[in-house]
Amino acid sequence: MRAAFRGLVGVAVLLLLWELLSNSDLVPPGYIPPPTVIGATLVRLLLDGVFVYDVIASVLAWAIALGVAIAVAVPLGLVLGSVPAVRRATRTVVELMRPIPSVAMIPLAILLFGGGPEAKIVLAVYASVWPILFNTIYALDELDEQLVDTARAFGTSKPRIMATVALPSAAPFVMTGIRTAAAIALIVVVSTELLAGATLGLGQFILTASSGGGRMDLVFAGTVVAGLIGYLVNAGLEWVQRRFFAWGARTGETV
Amino acid sequence: MSTMLEVTDLGHRYGDHTAIDRLSFTVAAGELVCIVGPSGCGKSTLLRTLSGLVASTTGHVALHGDEVRGVPDDLAVVFQDYSRSLFPWLTVQRNVEFPLKRKVSRAERRARAAEALEWVGLSGAGAKYPWQLSGGMQQRVAIARALAYRPALLLMDEPFASVDAQTRFELEDLLLRVRREHDTTILLVTHDIDESVYLGDRVLVLSKSPATIVANLKVDLPAERDQITTRESDTFVALRAETARLLHGGGTVRPRVQADPEGVAARFLAAERAEQAAQASKRHAAQN
Repeated sequence: MRAAFRGLVGVAVLLLLWELLSNSDLVPPGYIPPPTVIGATLVRLLLDGVFVYDVIASVLAWAIALGVAIAVAVPLGLVLGSVPAVRRATRTVVELMRPIPSVAMIPLAILLFGGGPEAKIVLAVYASVWPILFNTIYALDELDEQLVDTARAFGTSKPRIMATVALPSAAPFVMTGIRTAAAIALIVVVSTELLAGATLGLGQFILTASSGGGRMDLVFAGTVVAGLIGYLVNAGLEWVQRRFFAWGARTGETV
Repeated sequence: MSTMLEVTDLGHRYGDHTAIDRLSFTVAAGELVCIVGPSGCGKSTLLRTLSGLVASTTGHVALHGDEVRGVPDDLAVVFQDYSRSLFPWLTVQRNVEFPLKRKVSRAERRARAAEALEWVGLSGAGAKYPWQLSGGMQQRVAIARALAYRPALLLMDEPFASVDAQTRFELEDLLLRVRREHDTTILLVTHDIDESVYLGDRVLVLSKSPATIVANLKVDLPAERDQITTRESDTFVALRAETARLLHGGGTVRPRVQADPEGVAARFLAAERAEQAAQASKRHAAQN
């Protein structure tokens, strides 16, 4: 409770300083609208349906991208992490692909998938696969041999050990990877909307608001919503991690 | 008594290093045999070979007469490090059920796990997670898991080496009680001489690496053992001293205790010990 209270105090102080800055002569009027104005704009936007569609479009693209990334990266990580030969064979390719910024592939994605939501989803998948993949591989490296020996000594088959020992044991690491991936996927979805244009989406909303009239209150409202989504997603995943993978932090401890 | 485990000429080498060298011994059904040896002598390798976790380079292992290849079906292992052998993401109940998955029905799995937890005095702890329990309790869970599996042979690798002395005594007595109540055949590896004599019906003494069997000592102590009176009995003290001498003598052991329980020397020793035991029990009776 105390921590939450302090956090709120921090936010309040930030908003107050922002309000003072906006109303001072330090920045040209209209460049950085005060929080009160942005708040009012935000409320109006949320009541008017169109903006909500933009939010839904981005969140949906994000959720699909994260889901696909998990479905691709976890099995792939299990294979790469448990079969050294495959891992050696693919290492160079992986190390070459990983550093490519996904926004650099926007032109290629648009060419291949057109201007619809597919392009941003594919790019977000591409960007968010890596943390999940690497955390899964790392988790298998850390897999305790004795847990495996225990299962083996009871006559558990290799595929079952994979499913009932390796996977649960890797789960806390994988979850950490998913949290990182969730943040990255959101960034990529919004950036792609912003850079490539889209029919719907938060990034598209911000782009439209900033062009022409330069409605900075709308730009900031959109940005604040993007930030809030990111915050809520992370808080939700953190809760999942605490709730279901609490043992991950406590292994080996005795009460 | 029928033979449960028969080990013939068992050997294992890693490259040039011979970890165990042509070991032969048997364990009868219902017997508790302790293997004691100096640190690093290959005790763990022996156990891993018997459990099928590593393949032996020479020799055979037979469990209730069937030649063992790979991991035997009805064998359970309890490792020293309970914190690394219980699955932290499963509750105690589910940990105990784990080896029974795909082998028996769900209802039976539940029943057997609950029963085994009761045997080790952990009836109320099924819903807890291993990391919520003390070290001694975690090792009891591991023992319950092995018992629920109803193995033909229970292998234990230094099972009490990671708990404090008090807990260790409790666990030793718990083991003696459950094996008596459920007629379990146990092969227990330890580096602790006192423990091997206290627990065993027989003690196999191993030499330094490469491990060979230096002696096969029958423990002539009553089946009911007590942490205080057993440990102060003359038989116990004499056996402990003998084991210690054998252990520290390593390969240069006097022939009278060579691994040949049928030999003249062994019979002489047995007679001597029987007499000591008789005297001890007489004294014991007189005291009471």
